[in-house]
Amino acid sequence: MTVTTRPPRVAPRPEAPVAPVRAPDVGDLGVGLARSFPLRREGPAKLNGTAMYTDDLVFPGAWYGQTIRSSEPHARLLGIELDPAFDWSKVVVVTARDIPGDNYVSLLTDDQPILVTDEIRHHSEPVCLLAASDRQTLREAKHRIRLLTEPLPAVFDPLEATQEFAHFALAKGDIEAGLAEAELVIEGTYRVGHQEQLYIENNAMIAVPRPDGGVTIHGSMQCPYYIHKALKRALRLSDAQAVVIQAETGGGFGGKEEYPSIIAIHAALLAQRLGKPVRMIYDRHEDLAATTKRHPAIVTHRTGVMRDGRLVAQDIEVVMDGGAYCTLTPVVLSRGTLHAGGPYACPNVRIRGRAVATNTPPNGAFRGFGAPQTEFAAEMQVNRIAETLGMSPLELRRRWVYRLGDETPSGQILRESVAGEEVLERAAEAAEFERTRVQTGRVRTDRLAGSGSVARSSDVLSSASQKVARGIGMALGWHGAGFTGSGEVKLASVASLELSSDGRLRVLTGSTEMGQGTKTIFPQLAAEQLGLPESSIEMAPQDTSIVPDSGPTVASRTAMVVGGLVIQAAARMRALVEDSTGRPFADSYLEYATEHDGLRIDQQFEPYPNVNFDDETYRGDAYPAYGWACAVAEVEVDLDTGETQVRSVVSADDIGKAIHPVLAEGQVEGGTLQGVGYATIEEIKLVDGRYLNDRLATYLIPTSLDAPRIEAILVESPFSGAPHGAKGVGELPMDMPAAAVVAAIHDATGVWIHDLPATPERVLAALHGIPPPPLPGISTISARSTEPAPSAQDAGTPEEALDPRPDAETDPQPLRGPQP
Amino acid sequence: MTYRFNVNGDDVALDVPGMRRLLDALREDLGLTGTKEGCGEGECGACSVLVDGEVVDSCLVPVCQVDGREVLTVEGLAPQGGMDILQQAFLERGGAQCGICTPGMLMAARAYVDHGGAPVDEDIREAIAGNLCRCTGYTKIIEAIAAATTTGRT
Repeated sequence: MTVTTRPPRVAPRPEAPVAPVRAPDVGDLGVGLARSFPLRREGPAKLNGTAMYTDDLVFPGAWYGQTIRSSEPHARLLGIELDPAFDWSKVVVVTARDIPGDNYVSLLTDDQPILVTDEIRHHSEPVCLLAASDRQTLREAKHRIRLLTEPLPAVFDPLEATQEFAHFALAKGDIEAGLAEAELVIEGTYRVGHQEQLYIENNAMIAVPRPDGGVTIHGSMQCPYYIHKALKRALRLSDAQAVVIQAETGGGFGGKEEYPSIIAIHAALLAQRLGKPVRMIYDRHEDLAATTKRHPAIVTHRTGVMRDGRLVAQDIEVVMDGGAYCTLTPVVLSRGTLHAGGPYACPNVRIRGRAVATNTPPNGAFRGFGAPQTEFAAEMQVNRIAETLGMSPLELRRRWVYRLGDETPSGQILRESVAGEEVLERAAEAAEFERTRVQTGRVRTDRLAGSGSVARSSDVLSSASQKVARGIGMALGWHGAGFTGSGEVKLASVASLELSSDGRLRVLTGSTEMGQGTKTIFPQLAAEQLGLPESSIEMAPQDTSIVPDSGPTVASRTAMVVGGLVIQAAARMRALVEDSTGRPFADSYLEYATEHDGLRIDQQFEPYPNVNFDDETYRGDAYPAYGWACAVAEVEVDLDTGETQVRSVVSADDIGKAIHPVLAEGQVEGGTLQGVGYATIEEIKLVDGRYLNDRLATYLIPTSLDAPRIEAILVESPFSGAPHGAKGVGELPMDMPAAAVVAAIHDATGVWIHDLPATPERVLAALHGIPPPPLPGISTISARSTEPAPSAQDAGTPEEALDPRPDAETDPQPLRGPQP
Repeated sequence: MTYRFNVNGDDVALDVPGMRRLLDALREDLGLTGTKEGCGEGECGACSVLVDGEVVDSCLVPVCQVDGREVLTVEGLAPQGGMDILQQAFLERGGAQCGICTPGMLMAARAYVDHGGAPVDEDIREAIAGNLCRCTGYTKIIEAIAAATTTGRT
């Protein structure tokens, strides 16, 4: 369902400046041909099995690559021992010494080595590389390598960590005065653990040596130009020698934003050494054990309110665990910090965020990018305050939610496209929130009043129904559209539109398709501007030797930012052609192409007018606009087992403009289910810094039977800075479901779960007042690791050194398929 | 030893170890890369194919077990260049996003339709419970399968 928001019903507050950016003209928003919404462009190939994902690509003579990884969380690497009894002439071995360029994975900070030189900082860290012509030889070889190491003390608790990756502070008003003025101060600490992106296609890269001494990468990725940059530096290649081509990509969700760089470099090092193509295809176990996860976080709130419900002070502290290396942690923390207060106007605010290093595998990008963690905490706090005040969570949000002209903690005045109220009302209405809440509340009150009177065992039906408690819960979210702060200005992305001399029209961007619909909406947007059917617009392949750097495919920026560039390029092309020919583009572009030998428009991003952010003071317009969303979840909690079944979720999402409603709903539905998984079952458990449940048999994601009925309501409150008004949709729906589900569990049971996920163990612990399971996100320490270490310990048996899960009693070996 | 079976209507003979995974036989020996590997341990269903009309995870089936049987993969759902009613429904309703679970999901859906499955939400959920999708939240997949069951069989 798509709802288009009319001009705001609430007048700007008097002190708000006049909207400084132009309002969209009639005709700027989707009209004409694009109304008919094209089918997914690469859909037929995906549906008939001809779409070529990385592992489907065949390169004759290719060898198989393998990464040898650490089996300790922190250790000195003393040496790499090759078993002399093995014939090493059949295998290629690459260590840090063999890296031609800098031994760093180029990103924000030079700290993460491509291969360990002396210090191992996390479990499953890449130490050396192997390649062989067949898998059997490779398997044998990897069992003949020993890592000689000396253990070092490891840090697992972020609150005890001393190394900081980043910190941010936001302040508004006077926090101490606000807390002093408040009639009630409500405190809460909320913890979230790691979450795995769990794209169904594992990470995969194939490196092919080039005649010019460089290397071509074919792989599964979100950001070809990240890999391009990292490859050039690691292998000392020129722009032209490093070519990166995206294969069909089976999901990313942030997990293929930065991590693919290291895999591509590994494959390229082996390929360069061998002079043959090398396939570096991760299996699920390696992908789970080694690649990045969502950052665990500990968020503490102190909120000052008046008894009549007024919000007067928010004091918030965020601590994120970055893992062993920086990756994108500062940017994740920044977004988390900026969103930590939730979408609420508050006169006195202090938000402090810091991200620290622990000896666990590095955490990185995942849909929402810091916001789901802090918004979970913010919404938990709102729901708990509503309970404390005896108010409806809906009514409290109506009073607090940002309206036009309000000021955020970074000093940003919300001048347009503010739809928090709208999504709140839409979701509440569609889910019948108040009516259901009254019913579930009455049942809960009756049950708690009669507690102790367990259902009579003679009445089976009554007993069964009383074992299941129903509840409803709500959460409201906001999500800054595009890159944080001055990010888009620094990126200066380019998108191009090409009219070849033979009249073919082609969109050239580095923006990747990973299921979200890039390849469908870009031709749609260009066609709409040009007055042509979308089938007449081609999409160039995501190949760095062909397309410009349109910035990374992240941050829900593709439709909004790059889509905007495509529209602008098309508008310019149309104007140029029509000025020249004096006739409509559709009637004259073929003739123009022949006469002028084609035309190419390179459209570079220009800063949105009147959007300014100061990185030094961390103040200003943190985002050009925000998406707004509200989720209402209904659950059933089994009071015997503590198990939660999420029955339904209504998600109302303001995305500015639904360019393609079917694809946009798909984003909302998928993001909602990832949020439900985050809320209920998805948890990485760690022992000695090692992920315990590093298999799909033990890291669970929702199946069709776990998934709720999801109703997506698209709300359109356009952003005038983007030519189509779109604000992005990918991440927004991930921000609210966790808090909505936990609120529904509370509505059903009367207990609050402060730590995610709300597993049966945590629910039962809360219901029965027994100690909860270990805190999420923090490694426990095994008895073995506390034994005195020998002075020079090797990595154990070869099996142990290579299998990151040598003796996992809590993770029973699942059934495995027959080996070829 | 040579194993003889039928794949998508064609008889094939493979001289491979009997414990070679059907998944590898399809992808590497027969070049049918439409069938995907997601976990290699029967958890995700991306490698689902039909053996004599029943859904199996081809990563868990050794090739010796399909000797003399009929195997259907995504490539065999429709004549080359075409789409069956399920594929068409997935395309129109947004049932495929990243596409990596799609071939396996289609095979599970095909078995459901072929066994006379009705457009009933709970039943469709049960039928695809062994096939993980991380993109769609299953909503549009279920809608597409329901549409295909009502539109008729191919």
